[in-house]
Amino acid sequence: MAEKKLMKGNEALAEGAIRAGCRFFAGYPITPQNEIPEYMSWRLPQVGGAFVQAESEVSAINMVYGAGATGVRCMTSSSSPGMSLKQEGISYAAGADLPIFIGNVMRGGPGLGNIAGAQGDYWQATRGGGHGDYRCFVMAPNSVTEMANFPHKCYEVAFKYRIPSMVLADGILGQMMEPVEFKTPEVDPKTLTEPAWALGVNNGRAKRIVKSYDLKEGGVEIMVNERVQRYKAIEAAETMFEEKMLEDAEIAIVAYGISARVSVAAMKMAREKGLKVGLFRPITLWPFPKARIVELSKRIKHFIVVEMSLGQMVEDVQLALNGRSEVHLYAKPGASVINAEDVYKVMEKIIKKGAKEYAAAK
Amino acid sequence: MQLLNKKPESLLDVKMHYCPGCGHGIIHRLVAEVMDELGIRGRTVGVAPVGCAVFADTYFNCDMIQGPHGRGPAEATGIKRAKPDTIVFSYQGDGDLASIGMAEIVHAAIRSENITVIFVNNAIYGMTGGQMAPTTLMGQKATTCVDGRTAKQAGYPIRMSEMLATIDGATYLERTTVHTAPGVLKTKSAIKKAFQNQIDGKGFSMVEVLSMCPTNWGTRLDNPSEATKFVAEGMLPVFPLGVYKDACAADKK
Repeated sequence: MAEKKLMKGNEALAEGAIRAGCRFFAGYPITPQNEIPEYMSWRLPQVGGAFVQAESEVSAINMVYGAGATGVRCMTSSSSPGMSLKQEGISYAAGADLPIFIGNVMRGGPGLGNIAGAQGDYWQATRGGGHGDYRCFVMAPNSVTEMANFPHKCYEVAFKYRIPSMVLADGILGQMMEPVEFKTPEVDPKTLTEPAWALGVNNGRAKRIVKSYDLKEGGVEIMVNERVQRYKAIEAAETMFEEKMLEDAEIAIVAYGISARVSVAAMKMAREKGLKVGLFRPITLWPFPKARIVELSKRIKHFIVVEMSLGQMVEDVQLALNGRSEVHLYAKPGASVINAEDVYKVMEKIIKKGAKEYAAAK
Repeated sequence: MQLLNKKPESLLDVKMHYCPGCGHGIIHRLVAEVMDELGIRGRTVGVAPVGCAVFADTYFNCDMIQGPHGRGPAEATGIKRAKPDTIVFSYQGDGDLASIGMAEIVHAAIRSENITVIFVNNAIYGMTGGQMAPTTLMGQKATTCVDGRTAKQAGYPIRMSEMLATIDGATYLERTTVHTAPGVLKTKSAIKKAFQNQIDGKGFSMVEVLSMCPTNWGTRLDNPSEATKFVAEGMLPVFPLGVYKDACAADKK
């Protein structure tokens, strides 16, 4: 049986990263993710890793850019305002094909916003965030156990496809405590083969360059197009989602992270009242599980997107469905927590309205 | 016939893009000679800046990384901490190091990061076409101060070596020049010391090298002495040469 521990989400993410082979961390204090750098500061030296408290988020991500270039599994973390500052380095890492790992424990924004959990950085995480044409592999945990286990997948995908990876959590997941099960195998970095592009002691091999630029005409076009092929491969092989009670559902809630936790309660409420509601939870936000949503639309005509933002992921659902089914939105921005009862009421309305429409059609 | 002086192995035999009269080529060669002499090429990782020396990644014959403007000391920190066996240097210009990267260089010094920084100060933004730098002299013309730098508009030039010398973590700071032959020799020995310090684990070392930029200073390209005169008469009074910090000597109790 896997070992179980009571842990805070942030600590679980940090420990999970270390168990996944992380040996370098640079970060800067910002609420609600402070437990990550705090944990890393004493835990990394225990496993022979290095921790640096950087002077800024900009510097932290660039330290990770440097460490990542040596082929070491590395990490930085932050929360929303700090993530804005990190975008420079993330763009460079994407442009230099570096498999860095980033944790974003989202809080309310824009601006300084507040320090409570929110989901307002979906666009930033899935659309690139920094300048230029690129993607990051983005996973959205909905429990402390997933916080602990997702870094493993993030490193795996990041190194296989040479792409920055990210866990997109929120202040609630970061701060709450749950029993944690470490399910993924512990990675000993010494057993990993050094990537063919890693900088360091060269033992007589030819020099290597890590860079994101090419000033030759068409140079960057070639670089980006080659990357696009890898993005396609990731979409085909690494898309992840979870489904609950969708077999007979007339309404599918689409929610990720903490919103999905609340939505389960709303779904149960609906089921108790006899409403056929199920839940579709994207686990990877990029790649977004659009093919599965299209498949579901063959029999589900109402999708209700529940998110703690002004409504960001809803656009991905609409893009996937492309008019095939109706898309509804229940959104709460500003780090205000979603209430399961409110979600239930929205579904009730849709079902009733739907029933009338069906009756009228008959 | 005997070959007395050949190109250092640490410098690749490729065409450089630097303008006639520019100091970067000289400074590149000095860094490369030092790498050869210390026998560290096989474990050196260089950090190329944004600015005129951006293509340094293709000139040095060692592992190289090119990253965002001014972040060289942060990248170098990540490399050195992740792979302590490497020798890491960050090569930066004045816009890169003293303007956009001010925080990164200051905090690398504060942490006494065990890296070597080569800081090329030519008092101008070269790559972007001659804009005012944080080190541009009072009255010096630039494309963003066409009548010359004024205190009212842009304040005063920053003396990085002097400023960093106030930081306890800074181990070795020296300002040299490459506008004269003796200056070139002195620059080389300073660079060598800055690398040796890193090999010996002594912490943060930076060599600030005053260098020429005839293209953007508007001095005559067919008369290099105009540019060297600008260093001698314009820059030296503002940026005096010398050792600003040498904590290594103090270490030897």
